[in-house]
Amino acid sequence: MRIGIDVGGTNTDAVLLDGRRVLAAVKTSTTEDVTSGIVTAIGELQRQHAFDPAAVRAVMIGTTHFINALVEARRLAPTAALRLSLPAGASLPPMVDWPRRLVDAISGRAYLCHGGHEFDGRHIAELDEGELRKAAEDMGRAGVRSVAISSVFSPVNAEFETRAAEIVAAELPGVAISLSHEIGRIGLLERENATVVNAALRELAAHIVDGLASSVSGAGITAPLYLSQNDGTLMDVDFARRYPVATFASGPTNSMRGAAVLSGLDTCAVVDVGGTTSDIGVLAGGFPREATTDVSVAGIRTNFRMPDVLSIGIGGGSLVTGEPADVAVGPRSVGYELTAKALVFGGDTLTATDIAVAAGRVAIGDPERVAHLDPDLVRAALGRIAADAADAVDRMRTSAEPLPVVAVGGGSILLPDELAGTGEVHRPEHYAVANAIGAAIAQIGGEVDRVYAIEPGHRDSVVDEAKQEAVDRAVAAGASPSTVEIVDFDEVPIPYLPGNATRIRVKAVGDLQLGG
Amino acid sequence: MGTTREITLSDLDDISRGAAILGTGGGGDPYIGRLLATAALREHGPVPLVDLGELEPGAAVLPVAMMGAPTVMVEKLPSVDQIGLAATTLATYLGRELTHVACAEAGGVNSLIPVAAAAQLGLPLVDADGMGRAFPEIQMVLPTLYGIRATPMAIADEKGNRGVLDTVDNHWAERLARSATIDMGCSAMISTYAMTGAQARDSLVPGTLSLCAELGALVRSARAGFRDPVDAVVARLGGRRLFTGKVTDVVRRTVTGFARGEATLAGMDGDTGAELVLRFQNEHLVAERDGTTVAAVPDLVCTLDRESGEAVTTESLRYGQRLTVIAAPADPRWHSPEGLALAGPAYFGYEVAR
Repeated sequence: MRIGIDVGGTNTDAVLLDGRRVLAAVKTSTTEDVTSGIVTAIGELQRQHAFDPAAVRAVMIGTTHFINALVEARRLAPTAALRLSLPAGASLPPMVDWPRRLVDAISGRAYLCHGGHEFDGRHIAELDEGELRKAAEDMGRAGVRSVAISSVFSPVNAEFETRAAEIVAAELPGVAISLSHEIGRIGLLERENATVVNAALRELAAHIVDGLASSVSGAGITAPLYLSQNDGTLMDVDFARRYPVATFASGPTNSMRGAAVLSGLDTCAVVDVGGTTSDIGVLAGGFPREATTDVSVAGIRTNFRMPDVLSIGIGGGSLVTGEPADVAVGPRSVGYELTAKALVFGGDTLTATDIAVAAGRVAIGDPERVAHLDPDLVRAALGRIAADAADAVDRMRTSAEPLPVVAVGGGSILLPDELAGTGEVHRPEHYAVANAIGAAIAQIGGEVDRVYAIEPGHRDSVVDEAKQEAVDRAVAAGASPSTVEIVDFDEVPIPYLPGNATRIRVKAVGDLQLGG
Repeated sequence: MGTTREITLSDLDDISRGAAILGTGGGGDPYIGRLLATAALREHGPVPLVDLGELEPGAAVLPVAMMGAPTVMVEKLPSVDQIGLAATTLATYLGRELTHVACAEAGGVNSLIPVAAAAQLGLPLVDADGMGRAFPEIQMVLPTLYGIRATPMAIADEKGNRGVLDTVDNHWAERLARSATIDMGCSAMISTYAMTGAQARDSLVPGTLSLCAELGALVRSARAGFRDPVDAVVARLGGRRLFTGKVTDVVRRTVTGFARGEATLAGMDGDTGAELVLRFQNEHLVAERDGTTVAAVPDLVCTLDRESGEAVTTESLRYGQRLTVIAAPADPRWHSPEGLALAGPAYFGYEVAR
């Protein structure tokens, strides 16, 4: 058995799975401290389906806690960004493009020191250890508690970041250090941004991870605890302490992956209908298609690998306005106040949920309160929702082949049984807790992203080497070797560079090896 | 100078968005250029923008550009001093007092680098460029057709190394500058095609920085007003829509230091059932619809996101993207026999019946 938990901003959902069979599924409220909500959720699971805590082999948690902390600029540690690039790079110092309020929120300090590599491995400048010690002393005086270190071309050669980390750690024992080559890929500013964000979240991560671990062990569960990452794979708690930024996109990823398992479809469009918006994504081979453009989070440009998600302003709380001929649904929404403002709950605002109740799609609240609605208006509003959803799915499709659609999320009752141009809408059982299921079924991954100089005639051996390294990394992270496969491979020659420089990215994933 | 305009911080987003369109898939992501220009304008204030027609015949105009690999430019960022260093080095070599900075190309990162250089040097920027678009090689500028030489040219790296090349012809300039750039770590500032005001008025493509700003503003306002941004771009460039489709395949390879490749699009909307193949070398070179060439260099072939109208670079082409491909006429001088010899399809190895 395994337990999957999704800690969202509003709800904490939990599921108990045996293999891929759902034994119990609960929805509880997220609590301010996160952990008591999890204790409650595990208790609810126990009530719904009694289980022996010792028989739980793994607990997987997906959380939006860290991305929310960044967006809300709270509980961030005073952070320094140390870049090894001089004499290059001074024209655009660290955090140059950040919103002022976030630089202030992390008391951000930028340091530029000598170092960095050229594209071909030469040193831009040698490390100046005295200079690094001076910078570290200054950080110490300023009360910096977390340090992000970046170096030019560190994804190709990490030696300077590693050495600088040793020097800073010696000067500032106890300060958390995040290294850019472990977090991002080529693209200095984006990689550095992600590293600084990670650094600012390290204290919170330690606190939350401790809380998660104690709430799970408090329930008598001794199994290992994992957190889900952006790409739908898992990390252990030690990794999560060091790389909280890797959880940023786990919410939509988990809900899509959960939809795949629930529906039995591994290539499909997933429409996750929430209270205010619907997120539409596409799964190919069981994994979300990734966004190809750089992604901004809270106004900070990063190059995280995020799922390609299209959001439209339709959800259970969407306002419904106008006459049957020109009805509008959303984008304004009553949001979390649905249970106070919607007609069926005794409020005075016509919402999409009221329309669904009036149409008999779902029985919640008091149906009498919507009995007076004009049937033409109800039909028109549902038609509007169906047309917008169909259009969004079509925009996300990558081929003319029909793509099955899976609807999940509490608001998915708004969708019709069939969408124009795409066909049947699959509405799997347990659709409301798809995200917790996605967390529970996540796999273990390994990734390689590096620039290789490929000698003529040696392409195949270089590619094989990169693939093997990705597989080895997945196994080292805990994947069962027999299940590991390459799920993503991308090879991009780098223009203008001699020696056939080619950037190769490989991702391997496998099932979690469950102990005992 | 009654008509002098200025480039201010608030113009940079639009210029950057428009420059990516004129980059025709290449030219490098203008993001770094926009940040450099932003930092320079914050430090030094707005840059006066001068119409080509306002240039004094005796003005000393120096185009400035960044040379190297786009992948390196996003990793090894310039030093502060480096930005204006190539121009001052060249001016010193020429023994002339520099009066204006200009753009070598309109498109991608090199529309914004001269803004940063002009701000740093405290000089006005000429509203013009040498191509009216982006091309991959140094000699592919209209001044070449006027006998203006690429050299003497100056090249500067972030370490403070400076070089002046004085070559027998422009192909040597390209060759030597390219090897110096590689030794400098594939990201260098250059200043080339030094010219007088009179030469600039004859040979540059007028108004292209304003055009970048205008294109950027059109896309932005079309989107805000829920109109089709692609229509706005096509209308402003006097171009045409070639195709709308989804990317179904991208093949890339490195040939003599350039990223060459093909992208295949399967038609959507009005183009359902048809196929478009784009062939590129950093920039888009040729578009073939169901085997027939429908647009080719020197004309502009631009890939735009079908929804947002944002330019999509050849580096970021990926399976599944929904694009509208448009073509727009190049400056007519590119269609002269000399222009075609310099940057026509045959130069890039394509036979195109015209």
